[in-house]
Amino acid sequence: MTKTSARRRVYLDYSATTPVAPEVVQAMQPYLTDLFGNAASLHEFGREAAAALDEAHIVTGCALGARASEIVFTGCGTEADNLALRGAAFAARQHGRGDHIISAPTEHHAVTSTLEQLQQLFGFEVTFLPVDGCGRVDPDDVKRALRRNTILVSIMMANNEIGTLEPIAEIGHMCRERGVIFHTDAVQCPAYLPIDVEALQVDLMALSSHKFYGPKGVGILYIREGTPFVPTLTGGGHERGRRAGTVNVAGAVGTAVALEYVAQQRETQAPRLQRLRDRLIEGVLAAVPDARVSGHPHNRLPHHASFVFKGVDGETLLMALDVEGIAVSTGSACTSGNPEPSPVLLAMGIPSEWALGGLRISLGYHTSDEDLDYVLEKLPRCVAQVRRAMSEL
Amino acid sequence: MTVHLPPAGTRVVVAMSGGVDSSVAAALLVERGYDVIGIMLRLWAEPSQGQGKENSNRCCAPEAVADARAIARQLGIPFYDIHAESVFKQHVVDPWITAYGEAATPNPCFNCNRFIRFGFLMQRARALGAAYLATGHYARIDTVPAEPRSELPVRYRLLKGVDAKKDQSYVLHVLGQRDLARALFPCGEFTKEHVRDLARRFGLPVAERAESQDLCFLTQGDYRSFLVRQAPDVAVPGPILNTRGEVIGRHEGLPFYTVGQRRGLDIAPKSAHAEPLYVLRLDSARNALIVGRADELGTRRLTVRSMHYVSGKAPTAPVRCTAKVRYKAREASCVLTPLENGAAQVEFDEVQRDATPGQGLVAYDGDEVIGGGIIARTE
Ligand SMILES: Cc1ncc(COP(=O)(O)O)c(C=O)c1O
Repeated sequence: MTKTSARRRVYLDYSATTPVAPEVVQAMQPYLTDLFGNAASLHEFGREAAAALDEAHIVTGCALGARASEIVFTGCGTEADNLALRGAAFAARQHGRGDHIISAPTEHHAVTSTLEQLQQLFGFEVTFLPVDGCGRVDPDDVKRALRRNTILVSIMMANNEIGTLEPIAEIGHMCRERGVIFHTDAVQCPAYLPIDVEALQVDLMALSSHKFYGPKGVGILYIREGTPFVPTLTGGGHERGRRAGTVNVAGAVGTAVALEYVAQQRETQAPRLQRLRDRLIEGVLAAVPDARVSGHPHNRLPHHASFVFKGVDGETLLMALDVEGIAVSTGSACTSGNPEPSPVLLAMGIPSEWALGGLRISLGYHTSDEDLDYVLEKLPRCVAQVRRAMSEL
Repeated sequence: MTVHLPPAGTRVVVAMSGGVDSSVAAALLVERGYDVIGIMLRLWAEPSQGQGKENSNRCCAPEAVADARAIARQLGIPFYDIHAESVFKQHVVDPWITAYGEAATPNPCFNCNRFIRFGFLMQRARALGAAYLATGHYARIDTVPAEPRSELPVRYRLLKGVDAKKDQSYVLHVLGQRDLARALFPCGEFTKEHVRDLARRFGLPVAERAESQDLCFLTQGDYRSFLVRQAPDVAVPGPILNTRGEVIGRHEGLPFYTVGQRRGLDIAPKSAHAEPLYVLRLDSARNALIVGRADELGTRRLTVRSMHYVSGKAPTAPVRCTAKVRYKAREASCVLTPLENGAAQVEFDEVQRDATPGQGLVAYDGDEVIGGGIIARTE
């Protein structure tokens, strides 16, 4: 009764999540079974877990150019962003240091929604800077927006929807000179770009394990030594009092191994993916009329291609591609039947008849030329099919 | 006449609700070898008072979405639930509220089938490369050779479902030739009993959520309280008049009454009549409710507006046929005479007690739906 035809499936949504690398699974396994202790327990079972957790902090710190003590494991990337922003904002409030925050409308919801809440419920003032047509924040705009009462700047390292890289080091440098805390959401980066907290000059940084071949439900928050920080997940003294809650030891171990794994893969994968990505972009632009790349043409994540198609509702296109076995994503939300243009694309000044048709194709370590052949065969047809249907009465 | 059966491998979108009929429809299509995709639409419902509650339109309550998704998984077909709240509000709920403001008793299912299922959803289906949209309706489609010099070689006919008790052709009369050419109603060939047997055979859940006569987008109370909350100005109190034009009471707003209603009329005791009084008409020009005796109720002759003919062409001469003045009304013999401007006059052989402005009149030639429109005037 069940349809069993072996349909071709191509996963090109690595920016949404990645498969867990086999060595990561292997490293986690003992901590789900034999070595199940609570890292906060005094006894031997606890000590076994605590040793693994210590090791995970060290390895993770090393991978990011940080100290082990500056690493906090969280429940996801979203949580890391939440803790970073509230932690810095509440610390500033506690010490009466000001209440102005600078960010951008193109940030992930984990950041924008948290900032909106700080604004609405806690009386902070947030300046959302403009971005250019590629989604980039101009460091000069940050400089101009800095005030005496500015306490925090939050700008992401790379945009999840359009792949554009932000001038983080420059902004970080400026913030450090002015004594303003700088947070970056680098969730999209580790699998494809090296990350060094010193080079980036960040005080706070959020990562998420499942975006770099680690398990879901584990995030990392880097908190630079000396950064004023008030914990907002309160309870026991876990993670040096910065994030209460029994730590997911297996997750932390897996995350550390995943960081080592991607550090080793990156060197060969990044140029390979960049070549595939460029091939994809050229192929799509050549085969689909009224198509443009969204985000920066080359200053972007190497695995990330994003497009806008005029007059196409992105969600419908996504379904049409899924029916063909192609898994990708869109930035435009369709929450009520009238498709809404993506806020990120609108902030970049893309007209709304284009901004409905955002499509993100994100490649990964397992992507092959054959996968792209298949996409380049199907995508132009799907776009044409959606356009035809939408223009019928 | 030929039953409409596209070749195996054809891509078909099936509108799923999580219920027995659409699940069996989907399973039959899979069994026949079609390339099936399930879609459920999220329709608008009145926001509930409690915060954080999900949409609870009866067509697509969270449990119903979960059921439909599980069935799609069982059948091995892709499944999407698509938000259609704002288009549903705009094309179905708002016009329904407006019609009440004009003292009519509208049927929102017509606009839903026309604009939402066979508009919005059909468009999505075509965008996914589907040649057909299937639903769980109890109705049938066949083809007969077209008349000479027609655009298409065949004419599609909309027929009643095999199960007379479940027949849903009434709410589908809004469909035209192009819709029928792209529609499949797999359940229409069977009785409800048989569909339940099929569900068992396919291993699908057969339990039905409680059927309700209420409109799918009402979440609390009946349509009267809905109107009070959503459109307080459509209900203005006014006089109750008898057929001689004398004021004998007050009504609370015309939308709260319907033709033939007897209870809930606030009529002064001094004018207590020997016989019970019924609502005869809603006179929106005077914002008056006209009441009278049972024998004054009903009409033989109706004017119908916005006639839609399934064939795409109005008959050129009066036709003897049968018609229903409500979904659940009995079919009655009549003569339908097309008029100018898409109107028609319908003269029944016998008095129709339930004919109400705003409701749909649907005309049949035997099992075939000729077409229908909105009752504009009863006399
Ligand atoms: C830029 C960015 N920030 C934050 C997140 C949230 O991460 P998580 O899924 O681990 O909560 C994501 C994931 O979609 C992301 O792309």
